[in-house]
Amino acid sequence: MDRIPILRMGRLLLVTIQVDMHDRLAMTLQDDLTARIVKDRANGVLIDISALDIVDSFIGRMISNTAAMAKILDARTVVVGMQPAVAITLVELGLTLEGVRTALNVEQGIQLLQRSED
Amino acid sequence: MSSITTGHLAKVLTSNSEQLLNGWLNGMLSRMVRRDKAAESEMAQQASRFIALLAAAVGEGRSYDINTPAWGDVKALLSDISLTRVRQGFSPIETATFVFSLKEPLFALLRTELAGQPDLLVEETAQTGTLFDQLGLFTIAEYQKGREQVIMRQQQELLELSTPVVQLWKNVLALPLIGTLDSARTQVVMESLLQKIVETGASIAIIDITGVPTVDTLVAQHLLKTVAAARLMGADCIISGIRPQIAQTIVHLGVNLEDVLTKATLADAFVVALKRTGAIITHTESKQ
Repeated sequence: MDRIPILRMGRLLLVTIQVDMHDRLAMTLQDDLTARIVKDRANGVLIDISALDIVDSFIGRMISNTAAMAKILDARTVVVGMQPAVAITLVELGLTLEGVRTALNVEQGIQLLQRSED
Repeated sequence: MSSITTGHLAKVLTSNSEQLLNGWLNGMLSRMVRRDKAAESEMAQQASRFIALLAAAVGEGRSYDINTPAWGDVKALLSDISLTRVRQGFSPIETATFVFSLKEPLFALLRTELAGQPDLLVEETAQTGTLFDQLGLFTIAEYQKGREQVIMRQQQELLELSTPVVQLWKNVLALPLIGTLDSARTQVVMESLLQKIVETGASIAIIDITGVPTVDTLVAQHLLKTVAAARLMGADCIISGIRPQIAQTIVHLGVNLEDVLTKATLADAFVVALKRTGAIITHTESKQ
């Protein structure tokens, strides 16, 4: 079965979503990610969605939920690399991902997490 | 209208074309407000072509209905003339006069041609009158179409002109908005801002609304959408250039701008943006 890889960078976890998300894949990702946060004692999660051209309400909610779960486990989530078209679609859908922080690219996302750590 | 032409009209048109042309031009020019030589010679050229095409179209056994294929050439010429006149700034009345002023000399000629046959004369006059009404209406419709094309093109140009995104500093973008914001414009503004954020990697965008005359709930909503979209991409927005009246309007309308950083002037917003990007601003004494 497909799995979305989770990479560890120090105390940060990097998730790069490059395939179309569907229910099963999203659930697996949430399981894996929460397990890894605990196992690796991570304090930050970067979700890179720069490869996604389409984000529907399901994926939007999935991202919000994942961020909320990570927060309970004391890890902050940053969504990075959202495409302009995706941002417009999400705003039109009324999904502004409250409580999720965003950055333009992975580099800025890491900076954001490191700054908030200090 | 499906009446068949009798050929009398065609005969009058071909045999007296010279006389008809002069009568027509005199009628037309007497009604014109502006006169200049170039326009007159162009008009004479168009008029003689129109008569020739008209004569061909109303030849015996044809139809008076201008929607039949035989009228294609006449209609092409008329729409050509209409479009040229739109561009030259003629009024719709002046443009339609081109067709309608041919009626008078034509009726006079028909009267002499069919002098002995009153029944035929009445019949032919009625048919010709209806025909010219159709042609006149067609001309006006074409004129209107030309106008609409001009308006559409200008709207498009306005849209492209009015949404520049400028880079003020490393990582700082400014979007000076000028004119009323509607949904279509907001879409273009939003797209160009987000595109520029991707290109430059900017982390702060200043939306300056000094040039926006009024802010109603719809405009405020559009602004908030733009801010939300930029935030999703990881860039913060500052709204600047809020005039006192607009601040009052926003509060009276109950629009919630509390989640957005707002500043009165672009200068204030720029200072905030520079500090956020880690710059230090100092003023040194200038040696003069």
